Amino acid sequence: MRNSLIRHTCVAWALLFSINAFAATPQELLKQYESQAKQEDAKFTGFSADKGASFFKEERMHSKGKKVSCVTCHTADPRNQGKTRANKVIEPMAPSINPQRFTDVAKVEKWFGRNCNDVLERTCTVQEKGDYLQFLLSVK
Amino acid sequence: MKKWMQLLVLITSISATTALLASGGMGEGEGGGSQMPLVTNAKWKAECASCHMLYHPGLLPERSWNKMMAGLDKHFGENASLDAATRDEIGRFLALNSADKQINRRSNRINLSIAANLTPLRISETRYFTSKHDEISADTFKRKSIGSAANCVACHKGAEKSDFSESQIKIPR
Repeated sequence: MRNSLIRHTCVAWALLFSINAFAATPQELLKQYESQAKQEDAKFTGFSADKGASFFKEERMHSKGKKVSCVTCHTADPRNQGKTRANKVIEPMAPSINPQRFTDVAKVEKWFGRNCNDVLERTCTVQEKGDYLQFLLSVK
Repeated sequence: MKKWMQLLVLITSISATTALLASGGMGEGEGGGSQMPLVTNAKWKAECASCHMLYHPGLLPERSWNKMMAGLDKHFGENASLDAATRDEIGRFLALNSADKQINRRSNRINLSIAANLTPLRISETRYFTSKHDEISADTFKRKSIGSAANCVACHKGAEKSDFSESQIKIPR
């Protein structure tokens, strides 16, 4: 009996962690961001596609002296292909056009890590990530 | 100038041109063929081709790749850091197939064109590259359709499949 209880607890824990590690859909990832945001900020009121859209388009002066935004590489329309500084095509960000997007959490976090640093010269908050994802999900 | 001297100059220049053409053209070189062999590694493909074209390991010597992989946080002005396991796996793959570990002619020539005391990170800085591209102007490289000398695939359609043969070159307007 005790053994089976331990085993069940282990399975439950494993399931919990596997869900955290591999969100299969953008909607699931958004839920994860939501619970993370609630944990971090008691006053969290939800994500906003509008805020995500302005986050995506907002230009700032980079310390290297050039104006940059997400749009610099991704273009203003997330349904379009973008281009890296090294001339490589970036597939569209909108999951409605590119269903591969936001299906691999490790990949998502890797690119938020790089690109937030690249454009904002800091990490992104979970509020920003959630707003942005909400915006992308609103693009049909 | 005497007739026979003119003839001699003509013959010499023709044979020199032929020799030059032959050395730059087809044919098997110092074993292993003239083209770099197809090599592959899933992580190399995924990680090293998301921002730029996929560069064949045989385009630079091992010491260059080692330096590259040790400085990914400042990768040509970008932070391209990887987790340690991925970085090490790609590093081993690059080293194993690097220009000084390859026996194809192109890799051999690239390797020989780099002075022993240099560790270039840009293929376009090797003497092999500059001599092969001496007829391409800086403005051509800057064309929107090309971007820079680092974008091999703009003109060498087969570059990512390690095919840099003359017959595959098409310079976009």
